[in-house]
Amino acid sequence: MKVKVDSEKCQGHNRCFVLAPGLFKVDEFGYATPRGDGTVPPELQEKARLAVTNCPERAIEIIEE
Amino acid sequence: MAEPVKDWTTDYDIFAREYIKNPFPIWDDLREGCPVAHSERWGGSWMPTRYEDLFNIARDTEHFSSRDVLVAAIQPPPEDAPEDQEAFTQYNVGAPPITSDPPVHTWARKLLLPPFSATAVAKWEQETRELCAELVDGFVKAGRADGAADYAQQIPPRVIASMLGIPKEMAGTFTEWVRGFLELGLTDPELRNQSALSIFTYLNEAIQEHKANPGRDDLIGYLLSATVDGAPVPEPHVLGTCFLIMVAGIDTTWSSIGSAIWHLAQHPEDRARLIAEPDLMPNAIEELLRAYSPVTMARYVASDVEYAGCPMSEGDKVLMNFPAANRDPSVFEHPDQVILDREKNPHIAFGVGIHRCAGSNLARMEMRVSIEEWLKRIPDYRLEDPENVTWAGGQVRGPRKMPVVWP
Repeated sequence: MKVKVDSEKCQGHNRCFVLAPGLFKVDEFGYATPRGDGTVPPELQEKARLAVTNCPERAIEIIEE
Repeated sequence: MAEPVKDWTTDYDIFAREYIKNPFPIWDDLREGCPVAHSERWGGSWMPTRYEDLFNIARDTEHFSSRDVLVAAIQPPPEDAPEDQEAFTQYNVGAPPITSDPPVHTWARKLLLPPFSATAVAKWEQETRELCAELVDGFVKAGRADGAADYAQQIPPRVIASMLGIPKEMAGTFTEWVRGFLELGLTDPELRNQSALSIFTYLNEAIQEHKANPGRDDLIGYLLSATVDGAPVPEPHVLGTCFLIMVAGIDTTWSSIGSAIWHLAQHPEDRARLIAEPDLMPNAIEELLRAYSPVTMARYVASDVEYAGCPMSEGDKVLMNFPAANRDPSVFEHPDQVILDREKNPHIAFGVGIHRCAGSNLARMEMRVSIEEWLKRIPDYRLEDPENVTWAGGQVRGPRKMPVVWP
């Protein structure tokens, strides 16, 4: 499983970073990107789903591999 | 007094007393029966109440401009009025970037966001905590206080003053000016203009004072030393942005803090839970923001467009009822219940799209710290008389008089 952030949609709400700091980082404007290549370790899969459902911009996607 | 509302779908009045006090059933009816309502009151406007419609309109900046974001029509000054009597004409500035559209919006927002990032805001947490502790210590022995006037209202103006680099002793005056502009002044154009003029004049002096003593490590200093495309940010822009920081950072946050204190006064189980599970606080803050979203913004229809079957004409106003969207049952389960550990909560209390509230991290920090410090000292309290609580509303909804008591 991987997470992906659509940088065109992200507006820096910071919700994913607060819910799953292990999966996302934010820059000085608040815009989020996945950590590393976005791979989600098994213990963070639930957090990844929370990030998707709580993003007000619908900017986060989960890619099942 | 205005005529009472008979039909909310065609004649809503966002300044009606019953709407300000308890808008929730009205929103539920509108969402079901007429999801984009219309009214001729206060200059005329459209009002969507469904989450999906707010989401779509906020993101369509081509048709829905931010050049006018106030929820009541601003009376133009009379033709023969002297120009120096009108605040926005005199200072030749809006409140960028909240009143900007792209492309100005793009750089103006980039300029404003870094000092309000979560990391930057964390630097103000200790000072905010000390302020909150001091306020509660001032009335804790009395066994009673006004949770709005004595507490919530005292916090944001001082934090904003500190950040801007102006004296905190001015906090009471700022509060009066901001209420004059955004609350009482929305239905009183003269008061609104006078209040804007006072804010612009004061901030302009503060900016001149900063220019005379450059290099200060505060927001005004930051804006004055910033550049855009290699040139200093134009001074009217700095003034407009300072105006925005003050106006948008005071009323809004104290309303949220006040609503949170109001909710917790009536829900001992939620108080107990927050005290027992402090890690729940960030999630709880998002839930309180959802359930008691304070801010309704507006958009200006930039060109004729039909939305959801409604013929919107250029120049029409659309009320961005984010608070109603956040109680939409198609997105939120049991929307009228506050569920502190709610899992699915993509609320849009801070808006959605390119105008997402720039101060959202600051507001969250102030809410969290103010509730923590209150509960630390006053874990058990209640409203003295629920019927005696007064609310302000229209653009920003929150309690204004809220006597609470504790053993």
